[in-house]
Amino acid sequence: MAVRDDDKAHPGFYVLLICLVFMSAGPIALMLMNSFKLNVDITSPTASLFFMPTLQNYETALCEFLPYEPEHLRRCDPTFGRALVNSLIISLVSTGLTLILGCMAAYAIVRFRFMGRDSASLTTLIMRMVPPAVLLVPVFGIWNEQFGLGGTRSGIILVYVAMNLPFVIWILQSFIVQVPIQLEEAARIDGAGPFRVFFLVVLPLIQPGLAAAAIFTFRVAWNEFLLANALSDRNSRTVPVTIVNSITEFNIDWGVIMATGMLLAIPPILFTFFASRQIITGMTAGAVKG
Amino acid sequence: MNIQAANRLTPYMFLAPAAAVMVIALLYPIGYMVYASFLDWNPSQRIGEADFIGLRNYINLWNSDSFWESFWVTIRFAALVVSIEMVIGVGLALLLDRKLRGMSVLRTIFILPMMIAPIVVGLMWRYMYHPQVGVFNRWLSDLGLPTIPFLSDSTWAFTSVVIADIWQWTPFIFILALAALQSLPSSALEAARVDGATGWQQIIHIKLPLMMPVLIVTCLLRLIDAFKVLEVILVMTNGGPGLSTEILALRISRTASEFRQLGEAAAMSNYLLMLLMIITAIMFIYTKLNDARVARIKAAGAKAAQAEEEAV
Repeated sequence: MAVRDDDKAHPGFYVLLICLVFMSAGPIALMLMNSFKLNVDITSPTASLFFMPTLQNYETALCEFLPYEPEHLRRCDPTFGRALVNSLIISLVSTGLTLILGCMAAYAIVRFRFMGRDSASLTTLIMRMVPPAVLLVPVFGIWNEQFGLGGTRSGIILVYVAMNLPFVIWILQSFIVQVPIQLEEAARIDGAGPFRVFFLVVLPLIQPGLAAAAIFTFRVAWNEFLLANALSDRNSRTVPVTIVNSITEFNIDWGVIMATGMLLAIPPILFTFFASRQIITGMTAGAVKG
Repeated sequence: MNIQAANRLTPYMFLAPAAAVMVIALLYPIGYMVYASFLDWNPSQRIGEADFIGLRNYINLWNSDSFWESFWVTIRFAALVVSIEMVIGVGLALLLDRKLRGMSVLRTIFILPMMIAPIVVGLMWRYMYHPQVGVFNRWLSDLGLPTIPFLSDSTWAFTSVVIADIWQWTPFIFILALAALQSLPSSALEAARVDGATGWQQIIHIKLPLMMPVLIVTCLLRLIDAFKVLEVILVMTNGGPGLSTEILALRISRTASEFRQLGEAAAMSNYLLMLLMIITAIMFIYTKLNDARVARIKAAGAKAAQAEEEAV
């Protein structure tokens, strides 16, 4: 727009941009730097950008997966390695399930007129506002006493699928609405049943929506702490749970904690860089068009 | 089964799996929670063994000063973070709403904070606020200023937690406000510009009112999420010092796990849920009232644009 071109050159604008970038990325960069420092360097009174980077913290965290034995370690603690595997399994499986169930439900709500449609759509909206803390007590009781799922990965996966479904149904609706209905009708006339239309016509067309929904679901499952903490035992702990367990101790091993924190932060950061467009569309789909 | 019947069943077949999961793992637990809130129940008992105590949990909480303290901390926290984030987020969106090379890279950087695990965010800020090791106090002492007890003084602890939340979630509002701005109908803006409205007048009279529906939804989403915040505060202060940062979600989790009072935690969850429902209802009603106003502005813009065209 021509009117705005002249204030592009305003230096204050660029100063503001630089400050913003510094503020959003600064803390993350600081943590990344510290994860490569020895504790001596982290706690030394002269904070400096210049230090000998070391992989020791990462070696400590990932000792189980290393083909060699790092010299600085006396004993390899397998907690983190196991948690990483748990986190991956739980997040990937629950994301997959949520997407499949979620887009089928969203499709039903958008494309069919049926009894109970409005209440289905309203219920999903209301369910979106339930905080995980509210689920803590009942889920703990039910999973342990009735479902026999206490301490299992499946138990955690079930909560995550349920928790993410309302959100996924909600954002996918606005993508499905945009699929031209003529395409579906054409497929119907060619003799395809509703499920074939859904899987072969609709799904391929809403891929951006699916990508966004996948990232958001994965992120919630990957980052969640409270329910994972209540529902897991030694063998099914996820990364957030191990991190919190290791900071409640009196002496914090800052270097290793920062390295584990970085390992937890890396997948979401990578997603953000590779799919920021999808993420932003996903975020705005529900609120702006909705 | 004839074809007619099959057609009628189709939507339910699509909906059934999701509905089943949500009923089993959301609705049923919420019902269970309501039931549990009438019990004197601790984790070493099976729920059937717990004593039924009627409304006692609710009454005890209602009369408990520390519960109200947590309640107000929660309200203060949510109100404060959401209003500050709305002002900064919308302000930035208005400032940065222009075609700029590299804008997509910038947006990617801006959304990083909200993608990172709350646990990690809490960790980062706990480190930065650390009295000896943390950067903030190092900078302060480098400048010869007195250091600040960011997490160990009750007033400061609350402020520090608020700042961390603002860091993480302002981007959310910024992105949504920017999207709203970029999808505004150009006719209304053109009309205002032709009438000689200054930038500021355009913002106040055209842009903000037209963005209002999106801003309300954004605000509601953010508000609901602000009541869900837990991990960041857990890692930074674990509710302390005193009760200064003990929001309800954190109190529920501590009542259940540390104090082993599952019934009381359930009653508290119910209070929290009721609070959220009231807030949602208020916002919903406000949205309905506001829709009419937005329609008016859009119509006026369209009319002005049309008049302009006819004049030409």
